[in-house]
Amino acid sequence: MQLTGADIVVKSLEEEGVEFVFGYPGGAALHIYDAFHRQNEVEHILVRHEQGATHAADGYARSTGKPGVVLVTSGPGITNAITGIATAYMDSIPMVVLSGQVMKPLIGYDAFQEIDAVGISRPCVKHNFLIQNVEEIAETIKKAFHIATTGRPGPVLVDIPKDITAHLTEFLYPKSVEMRSYPEAPKAQPSEIVTAVEAMLNAKRPVVYAGGGVVLAHAQEELRRFVKQLGFPCTNTLMGLGAYPHDDPLFIGMLGMHGTYEANMTMHDSDLIIALGARFDDRITGTLDGFAPNAKVIHVDIDPSVIDKNIKADIAIVADVKEVLNSFNSELSRRSDDINPSLIVDWWSIIQGWRGKDSYWYDESSDIIKPQFVVQKLHEVTGGEAYVTSDVGQHQMFAAQFYGFSDTHKWINSGGLGTMGFGLPAAMGVKIAHRDADVACITGEGSIQMCIQELATCQQYKLPVKVINLNNRYLGMVRQWQEFSYEKRYSNSYMDSLPDFVALAEAYGHVGMQIDKPSDVEGALKEAFAMKDRLVFMDFITDQQENVYPMIESGKGHHEMRLRPGK
Amino acid sequence: MRHIISVLLENESGALSRVAGLFSARGYNIESLTVAPTNDSTLSRMTIVTTGDDRKIDQIEKHLNKLVDVAALQDITAGSHLEREVVLAKLLANKEQKVELDSIVNAYNASLITVSDTQFIVEMSGSSEKVDELLKSLSGLTILELARSGVTGLSSDESALTADSTSA
Repeated sequence: MQLTGADIVVKSLEEEGVEFVFGYPGGAALHIYDAFHRQNEVEHILVRHEQGATHAADGYARSTGKPGVVLVTSGPGITNAITGIATAYMDSIPMVVLSGQVMKPLIGYDAFQEIDAVGISRPCVKHNFLIQNVEEIAETIKKAFHIATTGRPGPVLVDIPKDITAHLTEFLYPKSVEMRSYPEAPKAQPSEIVTAVEAMLNAKRPVVYAGGGVVLAHAQEELRRFVKQLGFPCTNTLMGLGAYPHDDPLFIGMLGMHGTYEANMTMHDSDLIIALGARFDDRITGTLDGFAPNAKVIHVDIDPSVIDKNIKADIAIVADVKEVLNSFNSELSRRSDDINPSLIVDWWSIIQGWRGKDSYWYDESSDIIKPQFVVQKLHEVTGGEAYVTSDVGQHQMFAAQFYGFSDTHKWINSGGLGTMGFGLPAAMGVKIAHRDADVACITGEGSIQMCIQELATCQQYKLPVKVINLNNRYLGMVRQWQEFSYEKRYSNSYMDSLPDFVALAEAYGHVGMQIDKPSDVEGALKEAFAMKDRLVFMDFITDQQENVYPMIESGKGHHEMRLRPGK
Repeated sequence: MRHIISVLLENESGALSRVAGLFSARGYNIESLTVAPTNDSTLSRMTIVTTGDDRKIDQIEKHLNKLVDVAALQDITAGSHLEREVVLAKLLANKEQKVELDSIVNAYNASLITVSDTQFIVEMSGSSEKVDELLKSLSGLTILELARSGVTGLSSDESALTADSTSA
């Protein structure tokens, strides 16, 4: 039977097992929207802004490991989506974005709502396609999902001219695709495994540095076995949090600009860094000149281009980190007699000394709410089991430092691009995938206003997420940098004329709460999480002057952390 | 160091902009870039001349390989290779200068196309270095217009870059 291009789009999504599409209609996408109306297999979630669609799809993807799917129209539809696509790209999140395009004969004539979607998205997608005829649609969507979900994942855009979505052809969804220019996943060589394990067995000051790649590869169990076999200290990046349990004695915390003192010092003084699905980005390394001067580096990543990009690897293994960890674990089991814990006894006692500095420190207060305190209480009230999304800024770092993650796919934040506005729509995507789980969005009064319109989407689809607004009336991270580096010239970082968030939440049909006393924090959180079927917007009035410590300031090395004010 | 990277590219719309975009986005140099069809109608061959230390060239090759449209690539300067560039230079020359021009054309094995009594086009193919030398020799004359094709090339050993080649 012949189907229209629009029906083929929707049927193809069904073939891919897509449950939800996050989108917003418009002229060039109307045939596709009409096709959605004719079926019940794939549910469309109507957001309130295309940026929200991409972040929601992203949150869905991060919390499930399945690709997020977005549908937008041409012109402003796709330009609004770009921020969310770039966010997914920077954090290697699998996503397929379908965009309507003006009719093919009009392309290039500055038609109404025309933009070169393939051109404007090119720097922030793994790949993109402009459909040329109706026969291409099914195969191209198959390719898009294949590219988005294999190798190092990422977003793929398929741009579809409107006239083609009305054309007819036979629908046949391909079972597989062949792309000679798209390589199969690389495999580790057995000799590389042996060499790497040999280096591990001889290390006196080793550290395991695990990043978002371990989360993307679902390799947390393999990582835990690996670390425990060796008894090595393990640090996680911001993107890798949860890969190793926060309360395990071998875990030395997050590393990087706002990581723990012990994690950064351990990296700096190590003689062997085992980097797993991590890319030595600038927020991790600080200045490259002073980075881990005596360390040999084993670098495992599926993307060859991250090897030797920032830090030269002594042993590079380009392969899926889960497979590599399995090979490491087998080799370590075979050589279990050669594992010599006494070799790293001194190293651990040095690390314990650094740990004693208690770098995730803050002054408790009975008068004013400390943002860290709210995050700690959130952990207690949710039993550490909640999915936590965040926006970008101080609250993001407080969440990373103080929530305490024990599982992967539960800490959802924009680490690479640092996109304010991410948290609330991402939480919607998480909640749609995990209806019975607690989902908290830790945000600030700056970030939340960037996608606050999605409160309406939450109402329409009954998505009772809990918004934890750490409201310090400042763009806190900007204010902190201005305090440290611009002699307290707080240029445009004060958030004047804030809305009444309680009234705003209520206007959208939700529950609003304002909390301004530390003694009310725990009770309010309990009350909010007890309301299983309501979105509760919790406006916590927090300390305006609080800073994120510790901190490696720009241009400094790992060993030059600022632990306290003035130090 | 100067490198000549030969790339087999899927003959897809937008493939050229992906390569050009990669170089501008990551701040890599392009000295020249040529692209044209090959004997396989599904593939174009692109030749990029770039400069950088070993680490930068390694990154360039890895990022090129990540582009879905790139089927295979080779740094032909890593081994024996042929490098060719076509140059066309339109010159002014009076009778006396024409004598000098003829001798330069002969010395470089170039050819001369007569436009008018006083205007001529010199045509030559050779390595970029040889083209530079020719242009230096012509510097006493007035060059009205200059067109260089950019470099193309092949490895000159028995290997052949194909879509199935596993790239560096």
